[in-house]
Amino acid sequence: MTGERFTGEAGLVTLTLEQAVNWARKGSLWPLSFGLACCAIEMMTAVSSRYDIDRYGAGVFRASPRQADLMIVSGTVCRRMAPFIRKVYDQMPEPRYVISMGSCATSGNIYDSYSVVQGVDRFIPVDIYVPGCPPTPEALFDGILKLQEKIMRQRVFGAKTVTAAPGEVPGEIR
Amino acid sequence: MNGVRSVAERLRQRFPQEIVAVTEFRGDVTVTVRKPALLPVGRFLKEEPDLAFDYIVHVSSVDYPTQPERFEVVYEVYSIRHRRRIRFKTRVSETDGAVDSLSSVWHGANFMEREVYDMMGIRFHGHPDLRRILMPDEYDEGFPLRKDFPLQGKGWRDTFEFLEPPASPAVPSTPTAKDAA
Repeated sequence: MTGERFTGEAGLVTLTLEQAVNWARKGSLWPLSFGLACCAIEMMTAVSSRYDIDRYGAGVFRASPRQADLMIVSGTVCRRMAPFIRKVYDQMPEPRYVISMGSCATSGNIYDSYSVVQGVDRFIPVDIYVPGCPPTPEALFDGILKLQEKIMRQRVFGAKTVTAAPGEVPGEIR
Repeated sequence: MNGVRSVAERLRQRFPQEIVAVTEFRGDVTVTVRKPALLPVGRFLKEEPDLAFDYIVHVSSVDYPTQPERFEVVYEVYSIRHRRRIRFKTRVSETDGAVDSLSSVWHGANFMEREVYDMMGIRFHGHPDLRRILMPDEYDEGFPLRKDFPLQGKGWRDTFEFLEPPASPAVPSTPTAKDAA
């Protein structure tokens, strides 16, 4: 944890309330069960006992966006799917985070075609981009660790720096 | 394999005027028929007891943009009882652009013909529910698998009409030229 000071007393640590809140948030990311293509296979592998995504507190995959705070967009985003991805994103409570997993979700990859959105960030804000085709579970974990670093930098009280949707002002409380 | 050749021979005898060609490639027999014969040939293959092609495997289409009869509609059927398959196809021009639906013969053709309509724009007479199936109903850029359709589409993939217009920002916005005026 960044910013804490150890007093030397056993079992005592001082930190700001904000750091405590962020620490709690980063250690219990609840992802949305949400797979679009082959990247989802790697995401499922990351959940398996061999890799164990739960080590980072991100293993509680939820079937409802209303219970999730992390959306891992894992796979090719077809244009016809886009309104539903946006609808699911809109249903997630804040603070919410988005990981764009793999080349397809990030840029469309080789699918420069009439039906594939050239990057999911065209209609939802993305916090972390994980490269790869598909990314290994380790790469996804790297993305989750990067997201945790980002969460630790987040302001909880006062001006927030939560992710802003297109047209949204960062820090605005809606 | 010989069984399928005999099927092609049966078709020749039954429809002597309607069979354009019978070709074979590595044991797969393909029968090209004239367009009006598509439905009778399909029904014959399905209903003759010694043919009994009861399972429709696939319906697809091909675009040959330089040829006068531009499109080809391909049906592949299988006889579970006799364990043999045959492919039959017909050509259709762009101005005509319609063939008889075989979904009254094989119900499984319903969705596959809809896909051919969706992707290639070939209509099927007598189809019970000829709508787009992969693209949205309101999609109006044409038929994406035609050879003259641009690979990247015509802009639909980059339009996100479901996004609401940006909300007015909470912080005061910087004065614009309009405000100054």
